[in-house]
Amino acid sequence: MNDTHPVPPEINEKIEGRSPRPSIAPRARQDQRARRVFFIITLLPVFLILAVTIALLVRAWPILQAYPLGDLLFGQVWKPSDKLFGFGPFILGTLWVTVVGVLLSVPPCLLASIYLAEYAHSATRSFTKPVLDLLAAIPPVVYGVWGLLAIVPFVEKVLAPFAKRWLGSVSIFSVNQPTGFSILSGGIVLAVMIAPLIISVVYEIFATVPNDLRHASLAVGATQWQTIRNIVLPQVTPGIIAAIVLGASRAFGETIAVLIVVGNVPQIPTSIFDSAYPLPALIANNYGDMMSIPLYDSALLGAALVLLVIILIFNILSTLVLQRMLRRKWA
Amino acid sequence: MDTHIQVKDLNVYYGKQQALKDVNIEVPKKQITVIMGPSGCGKTTLLKSLNRFLELTDGTRITGEVLVDGQNIYDREVDVTEVRKIVGLLAQRPAPLPMSIYDNVAYGMHIHKMRNDRKEYKAAVRHYLEIAGLWEEVQKRLHDPASSLSIGQQQRLCLARGLAVEPEIILGDEPTSALDPISSQNIEARLLDLKQQYTTVIVTQTLRQAKRLADHVIYMYMGEVIESGPAKEVFTNPKHERTRQYLEGLF
Ligand SMILES: Nc1ncnc2c1ncn2[C@@H]1O[C@H](COP(=O)(O)OP(=O)(O)OP(=O)(O)O)[C@@H](O)[C@H]1O
Ligand SMILES: [Mg+2]
Repeated sequence: MNDTHPVPPEINEKIEGRSPRPSIAPRARQDQRARRVFFIITLLPVFLILAVTIALLVRAWPILQAYPLGDLLFGQVWKPSDKLFGFGPFILGTLWVTVVGVLLSVPPCLLASIYLAEYAHSATRSFTKPVLDLLAAIPPVVYGVWGLLAIVPFVEKVLAPFAKRWLGSVSIFSVNQPTGFSILSGGIVLAVMIAPLIISVVYEIFATVPNDLRHASLAVGATQWQTIRNIVLPQVTPGIIAAIVLGASRAFGETIAVLIVVGNVPQIPTSIFDSAYPLPALIANNYGDMMSIPLYDSALLGAALVLLVIILIFNILSTLVLQRMLRRKWA
Repeated sequence: MDTHIQVKDLNVYYGKQQALKDVNIEVPKKQITVIMGPSGCGKTTLLKSLNRFLELTDGTRITGEVLVDGQNIYDREVDVTEVRKIVGLLAQRPAPLPMSIYDNVAYGMHIHKMRNDRKEYKAAVRHYLEIAGLWEEVQKRLHDPASSLSIGQQQRLCLARGLAVEPEIILGDEPTSALDPISSQNIEARLLDLKQQYTTVIVTQTLRQAKRLADHVIYMYMGEVIESGPAKEVFTNPKHERTRQYLEGLF
C-alpha cells in the first residue's frame, strides 16, 4: 500500500520546477498519473462498501425513524399489511441456519485440513487443491437444487423419523412439521458450501508453522499426533477460529441455496427440523413485490442493512486475525 | 574399538537423485565422530539417516541397514519414536519450542512419561540445564518464553531438551554454525564433556573445529564415504588424495 501513496502535489511541483533535465519531467509526470490511477482503483472497493452502506442507510431511514431499533431487531411478528415489521424471525432464522451449517462443517473440515497439512503426501495435496477449488466454484443455485432433490427428501424420510424415534425428548430435535424443508436441510447444504473455504484457509494457517518446530518435537521421540497436539495446534488456534468466522460470514449471506431448501416460514424456530426464513431469503423473495404497502420497501432495505453490518463485522475481524497469522510466515 | 552404530550398504535417493552411494561406516561408542566434506556431499543426509529423519521428506528412498547396538533401526518392528528417543538431534539452527524454558526441557520427558511427579520433573530439568551449562543463566527465569534467550543460549537449551530424554547418541548438524565464537566454544566444551557418556556424531564445515573435537573422522565426497578412521591418522596421514586436498584447503 505504502508505495501507492502519491507524492503530495506541492512537493511534486517543486521537484519538477527545479528539474535540471526537463526531458525527464513528462515521464515522471506520467508515472505520477499512473500511480494515482492505481491508487484510486485500489481504493474503489472501500468506496463501494461505503456507498452501499450509506445508500442502504438512507433508504432504511424511514423505518428506522418510525420504529425504535429494538422493536425492529427483536420484534417477533412480520406482518407488513398490519404495520408489524419484526426482523426477529429472520435474524433468528439466519442464526440457526448458520450455526447448524458451521457446526456440521467444522469438525470434518478440521480433520481434513490437519490430514492435508500434516500427514498427506505432496501428491495427495496437489490433487486435492484443484478439487477443492472446483467445489468452491460450483454455483450456489446448483447446491440449492441438489439440496432440494437430495437433502430435503433425506431429512424428511430418514433424519426426521430417526429423530422422532430416538431424540423426541430433546426440543431442538423435535419434529414439528411434516416436510424436509428445514433448518437442518439449509445447514447441510451450507456446510458443504463453506467446506472448501474453511479447509483451504485452515490448511494455509497450518503451513505457516515452521517445520523446524515439528522436527524439534519429533527429534525427542514425540509421535506425529503428539507433535500436532502439543506444538502445532496451539500455534494455529486463533487462525482456525478466524477461518471458522470467515466461513460463518459466508454462510450468513448465502441466499439462493438456502432459500430453496429452508421452507421460508417467518416464525421463531425452536428445532432444527423447523422451517425458517433467513434474512437474505426475505430480501430476495420480496423485494420488488407489494411495494404499495407503506414502509415495506424501507423495511426490506433495513433488513439488508442488518445483514451487511453483521457480515462486515465478521469479515473484518477474521481478516485481521488471518492477515496477522499469515504474515508470521515471513517473520 | 567398540562399535555403536554400523551403517551397511546404505543408499539414499531423493526422487531420482542419489544422495548417498553404498555407505559403509562404523561409529565408535562414547567418542566423537566428525563428518566432513564439501557442501552437498551428503553429510546432512547421512546424519538424518541415523535418526530416521529422512522419511520426513516426501519421495526419499532408502536401502541398506543402520544398526544401532546391532538392531537395524529401519526394521519393520522398530518403533520410530524409540529410535529418536535413543538418537538425539541437535539442529543447525536452534529451534526452541514455543513455550517456557522449563517446559522446553520437560517436553520430551512428559512425552515419554519419564518421571512420576512435579518434584522429579523439576529436579530433572535443573539437572539437564546444568549439564548443558545453562542453569546459572536461566535459574531465575525458568518460566520466561524460550524465545527470549539469545541464540547461543537457545542452542544450549536445545541440547538440554535433547539430553533430557536420556539418549545414548547425540547427532549434531553443524550445531555451532549459527552461533557467535564464544557460544560455539561453549557448545564445543559441552560436547567434549559429554563424550564420556554419549556417542556423538557431528557434521562440521570448519576444519579447526573438526580437529578440536574429533576422535574419529569420516570424509565424504559426492555421496560417497572416501575415508574413515581415527582422527590422528586421517589428519596427519590421509590415505586418499581427495582427503589430503580437502585438508590442505584446496577445495
Ligand atoms: N529434500 C531434498 N530433496 C532433493 N534433494 C535433496 C534434498 N536434500 C538434499 N538433497 C540433495 O542431496 C545432496 C546431499 O545433500 P545434503 O544436504 O546431505 O548435503 P550436505 O553435505 O549436508 O551439504 P551442506 O554442507 O551444504 O549442508 C545434495 O545434492 C542435495 O542437493
Ligand atoms: Mg548439511
